[in-house]
Amino acid sequence: MPGNDSHHRSATFESERLQSLLDAVQSRGYEILGPRVRDNTIVLDRLSSITELPTGAGAEQNNARFRMTSRPDQAFFSFTVGAQSWKNYLHEPTLRLWSARRDQNGFQIDANQSLPRKQAFVGVRPCELNAILALDRVLLHGVSADSAYRSRRENTLIVAVDCGVAGGTCFCTSMGTGPRASSGYDLALTEIIEGDRHYFAARAESELGAEILDGIPHSVPTEAERAAAENVVARAAGQMGRSVNTTSIRDLLVRNPSHPRWDQVATRCMTCGNCTMVCPTCFCTTITDVTDLTGEHAEHRRLWDSCFTLDYSYIHGGAVRSSAKSRFRQWLTHKFGTWFDQFGQSGCVGCGRCITWCPAGIDVTEELAALREGNPPGTSPPIGKETPRGIA
Amino acid sequence: MARHAKPRLAVWKFSSCDGCQLSLLDCEDELLAVAGAVEIANFPEASRAIGKGPYDLSLVEGSITTPHDAERIHRVRRLSKFLITIGACATAGGIQALRNFHDVRSYISAVYPSPEFIETLSKSTPISDHVKVDMELRGCPINKYQLVEILSAILNKRKPGISSHSVCIECKRRGTVCLMVAQGIPCLGPVTHAGCGAICPSYNRGCYGCFGPKETPNTESLAAQLTVLGVSDPDIVRARGRAPHPDQGA
Repeated sequence: MPGNDSHHRSATFESERLQSLLDAVQSRGYEILGPRVRDNTIVLDRLSSITELPTGAGAEQNNARFRMTSRPDQAFFSFTVGAQSWKNYLHEPTLRLWSARRDQNGFQIDANQSLPRKQAFVGVRPCELNAILALDRVLLHGVSADSAYRSRRENTLIVAVDCGVAGGTCFCTSMGTGPRASSGYDLALTEIIEGDRHYFAARAESELGAEILDGIPHSVPTEAERAAAENVVARAAGQMGRSVNTTSIRDLLVRNPSHPRWDQVATRCMTCGNCTMVCPTCFCTTITDVTDLTGEHAEHRRLWDSCFTLDYSYIHGGAVRSSAKSRFRQWLTHKFGTWFDQFGQSGCVGCGRCITWCPAGIDVTEELAALREGNPPGTSPPIGKETPRGIA
Repeated sequence: MARHAKPRLAVWKFSSCDGCQLSLLDCEDELLAVAGAVEIANFPEASRAIGKGPYDLSLVEGSITTPHDAERIHRVRRLSKFLITIGACATAGGIQALRNFHDVRSYISAVYPSPEFIETLSKSTPISDHVKVDMELRGCPINKYQLVEILSAILNKRKPGISSHSVCIECKRRGTVCLMVAQGIPCLGPVTHAGCGAICPSYNRGCYGCFGPKETPNTESLAAQLTVLGVSDPDIVRARGRAPHPDQGA
């Protein structure tokens, strides 16, 4: 995690030195996780060598569509985000919280003893970095503070990579989360290819990041290299596939629960829950208790949950949100609107995964634009000032 | 909790292929534990020793397709404190419910040399159309872990962890990448009831919906998306299973 010091350092190193960087991280006891090509897409998995990175791979993304493409160069990070987000490694899909054994006096509880491993995330995109910071606000502090998340997070080193291309479903510029990593990383890299030269411009934010950078052969960036790095992110910003008008967006959503657009999108929404599973900030879980047949052993397990299931809103007598309309409205209104009330920021970072991986091809940017129709900003009467809740 | 006598289990077969019953024998690692936890009083597939009813728990496989079935299921219900239907036949009518959209007599004469000896109903119906069912386990066949889970839950008097959401959530929890999005492979996962653990997609094959519809399935929307992926109309109609084709007059 980033330290509190003001240690900033920048450097450039040639692309083949990326292996030295991974080695330096690994030698400090970190397991390296990063993007790899698998299942005809890009997933996050363990890495030991830069040869396992998606070299020369690109990705075409659109509504309900992800296709791998190949590039003429040997770029390591010239795609945007893959099928999974880093929450898989910070807020796991399934987690055993504790187990219990029956004994003469009742039950003996065994806490989950697994020691947190040190993990390094390599290739974290600026939007994803902001998603991790958003999860931090939810799960590190306040009423929903989570010890499992904290132990993972405190043992995580982040090597961010600025975006040099934008995906077809990206809208980070709208959400103010990219395409350049601004803070929250240990190291941030910009990958630059100029003719035959392939190199990285690096910035260290934490002491550990600076120490790692110091340990590999590097040079002080020249003015030209700094400018080249800026051009890389400017190019990505210029390619941004989609956008969201975020002006008074919280009020727009809160004021429009009866907008006819909700009925239209409900005809397409399959309430399958894919959007929430791929979203890097959706954090909801459910708890299930499991016993063996003898009843001698029991486990208390936590699983990713989704506000698109009926069980999610089930209370005595039935599910509160039984229609697809009410479930989609709940998700979108929370993500872009009432997240501000709870956590003082938007729940969306503009990674575009919910658009790419929605099997019905629903586009949140399109839905939000449609909700704004007939609701120009500033023309509606003001509503009560929101009060932040649920954060300490 | 102290259990005085072991609960008595019975397994019943109606119109079916026996595959779901075999899931119980397939429990290998858990089979001894099952046999230790319950008295298997009636399970012809496993043993000729038949213990008389009543039974604490009956697992019912198969659909109702004959007049004899329709009578026998009432006797099973009377003998059973708790009745759980297992598998697609028992919960939805099964493959044999294809007859529901046609004249069954045309099938009988096509299949049997002496159709006059065949006594059958015009429709194949799920058990719940005939008697009160306490719980259903979906699948063709059922998932053995779900079977053990439901037995464990009943024995330990707790809520079983059986979810009715989409298969997609199971894919995502296990890290399987969406086949429809990444490869354009048609998949029924978004409208299909979870429980299998998303087996087919993990072998790069689209879900074909053997667990039946999930809670609130939106098959219209999926059909539209399958059309985009190039699936033909008749295949979509077949995929939607129990939704009859207009000219078949259900």
